Order: sequence, then C-alpha cells, then structure tokens
Amino acid sequence: MRIEKMFSALKERGVGAFMPYVCCGDPSAEFTLALIEKLVGNGADAIELGIPFSDPIADGKTIQAASSRALDSGMTPLKALGIVSEVRKRGIEVPILIMAYYNIVYANGGREFLKKVKEAGADGMIVPDAPLEESSELRKLCSDAGIDLIYFITPNCPDSRLKEIASVAKGFLYAVAVLGITGEREVVAPEAIALVERARKVTALPVVVGFGISKPSHATSLMRAGGSGIIVGSAIVNLYSKHVGEEFDSTEALEEIGEFAKSMKGALSGK
Amino acid sequence: MGRYFGRYGGQFVPETLIPAMKELEAGYLKFKDDDGFREELEYYLREYAGRETPLYFAKRLSAELGGAKIYIKREDLLHTGAHKINNALGQALLAKRMGKKRIIAETGAGQHGVASATVAALLGLECEVYMGKVDTQRQALNVFRMKLLGAKVNVVETGSQTLKDAVNDALRDYTANFSDTHYLLGSALGPHPYPTMVRDFQSVIGREAREQILEAQGKLPDCLIACVGGGSNAIGLFYPFLDTHVKMIGVEAGGNGKKHAARLGGKGRVGILHGMISYLLEDSNGQIEETHSVSAGLDYPAVGPEHCELMDAGRVSYVSALDSEALEAFHLLSSTEGIIPALESAHAVAHALKVAKEMGGEESIIINLSGRGDKDVEQVKKMEDSGKREVEK
Repeated sequence: MRIEKMFSALKERGVGAFMPYVCCGDPSAEFTLALIEKLVGNGADAIELGIPFSDPIADGKTIQAASSRALDSGMTPLKALGIVSEVRKRGIEVPILIMAYYNIVYANGGREFLKKVKEAGADGMIVPDAPLEESSELRKLCSDAGIDLIYFITPNCPDSRLKEIASVAKGFLYAVAVLGITGEREVVAPEAIALVERARKVTALPVVVGFGISKPSHATSLMRAGGSGIIVGSAIVNLYSKHVGEEFDSTEALEEIGEFAKSMKGALSGK
Repeated sequence: MGRYFGRYGGQFVPETLIPAMKELEAGYLKFKDDDGFREELEYYLREYAGRETPLYFAKRLSAELGGAKIYIKREDLLHTGAHKINNALGQALLAKRMGKKRIIAETGAGQHGVASATVAALLGLECEVYMGKVDTQRQALNVFRMKLLGAKVNVVETGSQTLKDAVNDALRDYTANFSDTHYLLGSALGPHPYPTMVRDFQSVIGREAREQILEAQGKLPDCLIACVGGGSNAIGLFYPFLDTHVKMIGVEAGGNGKKHAARLGGKGRVGILHGMISYLLEDSNGQIEETHSVSAGLDYPAVGPEHCELMDAGRVSYVSALDSEALEAFHLLSSTEGIIPALESAHAVAHALKVAKEMGGEESIIINLSGRGDKDVEQVKKMEDSGKREVEK
C-alpha cells in the first residue's frame, strides 16, 4: 500500500519519485542506517535496500565493490531485514524495496524469507535475475506474503513483451535505462527516453528509471518523457566510497549525499 | 526446446539478456539440423580438430590393476589439447552464421579460453577472454597462448578471482554487447539454451565411443567414467549411452578433503547461480563459497543442470576423488601408458583405478580422457619439488 500511496500523492503534486539504492552494510550497518535517514531527510521518496550477494551479475564495478565490502562487514540477509525493522522503529515510513538476487531468496527459505521481509516492514522485492519466464513462483510467494514483486523492462523489450510484463507487475515498472549493467553514465540514452514513452502507452503503472542515472539533468529529461521517478545507486555509492578507509569519517560523505539528494529531488520537482 | 532438466536449469538472467537468449535459442534451433551447418562443423572437427579420436585399449594399465579392461577415449589428442574445442567450434560457427563479429569466453584453467581464441583466429572473429586473476597466475602459459592467438585476456579481480567470477564478468559484457557479440560459454551450464547446446556439441564424444567399443569388443561397455567440473565432457560421453544399461559415474573434485568442489553427492544445496537452478556450494546465507581443487578446470561452485537431474533419477552416480588421488593417477597413467592426463581427467582415472579392481576380466570401462596434461606439468613439478601434494590457492 505504501508504494501505491506514494506514487498517487506525488502524481497529484506533479512531482517525480526519488528512490535511491542503498547497499546494505557497506561499509557498516550503522552507516546504512545513517545514510537512509540522510536520504529520506533530503527528499528520498522510497529506499531500495540491496542485500549484498557474492555474485551480482547485473551490477557494475561500483556496486560489486560495495557488495563485497558489505559482505566483509558481516552483513547477512536476516541482518538486512533487521535494518528495515530498525528504520521503521525510527519512524521512517517511506516505501522500502528489498533488492536481492534470487539465490538469496531461495537459500533463505523462499516463502519464509518473504514473510520475514513483510514482517520487517518492507513493501516490495526487486530480484534482478528473475525475468518474466522464471518469476511465476516468486510472484505467487510475494503476493501471498503481501508484498509487490517489481519487474524490469528494458530498451530491447518489444511492445508485446512490455504489455505481458505490465499485466503481471505490481507497484511500478523498473525501466532499465541502458543495455548493460549498473553504473554511472554521462547522458541518458535516447532508447531510455523511448522506453519510458512506450511503457506509458501500454500501462498505467508508474515507470521508474534506473541504471546509469546519476545527474539532475537525467531526472529532468526522464520526467519530461513521462517517467514517474528515478532510482540512483552507483552515484551515491561513489560519493561515500571515496571516503571509506581505515578511518571512515562519514560526516563529510553524508553532507555531500544530502546535497546530492536535494539536487535530484529538486530536478524531479521541476525546480 | 525445454528450459528445464527436471527441476534444474531455467533461464535466471536479467531481463536485458532475455532477447539475447531468445535469439540464441532461435539461432541454434535453426542451424542445428541444417545440412550446411552440420557439414561445416563436421569438416572442421575432422580436418582441423582431429576427430575422430581413438578409443584406446589401455593394456598395461588394465593388466596392472588386474580387473576390468580399461578403454580410454582420447579427447586429449584433439587440437588445443582437450574436448573444449568440440564446443568452441560448434558455437563459433553458429555465432558466425548468426552474424556476430565478436566472441567472449570465460576460462578457468585456460583450456576453454585457448579453444575459443583458437576458433576465433580460425574464423576471423574478434575474441576477448575473461579469466580470474588467481587462474592467470596458476596458468600463465595459457594466458600467453591466448594472446599469441590474437585474443585479449581480461583479468578478473573481483570475488574469488577464479572461474565463477570470470563467468560473472562475461555475463556482464554479454548483457551490454550482445548485438554483435556471442558469449561462447565453455561448459554445459548457465542459462538455457547453453546446457542443451553444449551437450549436443560434446555428444560427438559418446557417439564415437559407442561405435568404437562395439567395433572393438562386440558389446557395450559396463561402465563409463568422466570427471565433472561444469560437466560438459561427462555429459558428452554419457548422453549417447543414456538409452542403455551402461553404468555411469561422474567424478567431482574432492579437493584436500576439507575444501573441495563436490557439489553433487550430498555436499551441495539446490540454488540459483549463473542463470540456472543446480546444486551449489554456498554458505547458510546463500553466498557462494570458494571451492578448491588441484585442477582449475574442476574448481567451480555449481554444476550443469542435466547432471543434477541424472543424479536425482539415479541414472548416473557421482563420486569425488581427492587431489592426492588425482595426482597418483596422473603418475600412474603417465608411467604405465605413456599418456600424461590433464589433472581434471586424472580425477576420472583415479576413480577408475578403484572400480576396475572390483570388476572381472570380461568387463570393460571407458574413461573419458578429456584433456592432456602438458598444461599441468609445471604445476605438478612445483608441488612435488616443495614436497606437497596440495596446491596452495
């Protein structure tokens, strides 16, 4: 419900959703909590919380490195759900989406794990290696648990497939802006704009764009095309990871990220 | 074409790769029974790779063990030194017909990387090979070979810096570049259609072996033995015998006893990696574990999905051989038959040594000698010079 409410409230105000990705446990659980608070305090409308996996095939170098730092810090799937509970305890009510590779869901019990996701207070699942063909069981389990399974659409999806995906998707469609993996890019590819426009024609679901989105100008052009929001991951990881070292002073990193969040949210609000 | 083998297999790839998988499946279906394609593949297998390979009766080894007759399928005699060339030729010819200009490949020991670089040179395709940093150090000569053949070698420095990480990076490259690139996956694993396609290209091993053994002794063998990393040489030998009662044994890497790569036979759990459901070595949270084997080609945490099904069905049994047992077999085959096996294949030989003794003189075994040991001689020498029978990772 949180997801639907958020999009309809934003739509009323004519504002796009800023949905940053946070790699859970990079470089520590404490920093993840502080980062989520900072992002929400500076305009984030939802949080995509990534559970680190040893073999993240959809991710570029930035998030691969973040995942491996998170695993080194001792982050586990259940600890990540503990962070979700903690975020809710602190009164943060934005939608939270759990990003996890399928093996994490599978190895942690499938149905039982998704029940715990719901109990922790998360609202949806993003599973990058569960394409339409392999998602029916997962979709049923998510639906039983009362959470949305988010589907990806890509620039090389024909319209017929877009329709097929939209017909089973819940929450929003996650439009992949590039034919490739996550990581910062200079400009938004024309095919990303075209994808948003095509998706708009076949579905009423919100279309949120991610992969390679890192600048306010990207947000502006995607909103113009009819997008409902953006997901930003690598750009935020890059802002703090340069400070990560033996003595990680998070204050400066969090300040920079707060400013960055404001600028993205500003662009999404048409400012 | 079915995506699954029983409950295993599937196509667990990011949405971005789905069109590439569909295109590959369509291309394979279009060409696999096409006369022109088959003739071209047969031509290169015969004239370039050196098929058919002999089924050699290992007389001295059989006598030494005093049990079953041991036949050896000599895939080690192929160009580039291993069965990998069968699949590399098949996929590269397919890629060319599909209009691809570039091939990418992952490699562990380097055999598949060398085979891919070789066929790329042969067919005038651009080639990039992903190889874990640890493996580039273990197999420095193969890195040089690939470069000599005109391929670019990308050193993978993420994760455990071995084969699984090379697969990750090759998948990432493929996701970004599949419009002009074919990912030449080296084993019967990964997302559909790879497990089926690679098995089909490797089945030439079993088809030949079946004819050859009938010619040699007028009856089918009693047992087939092959090593199982990803499982392509094993499935290539086994598949054409599945309609018989011949016993089949796959041999995984037992490592040093503590760390290993034995995913079947009770040690692994069912999970999802590299686009497929299969048996995996993982921790209780679902993070993929580092494996260990003296042979880089068996050092992989998942296994081809068809093997998982064959195990569940009870059709093939899966066992493991320790590093030390493989090294003993490496010596024994070298000194009794004058054949230096790859350390991977030495695992199959090691298990055959145990089995043959228990069998009668009228019975026979075929061992798939999937590769030759030239690439391993330096490593074995180093280990033995330092008095160890275990390689350090």
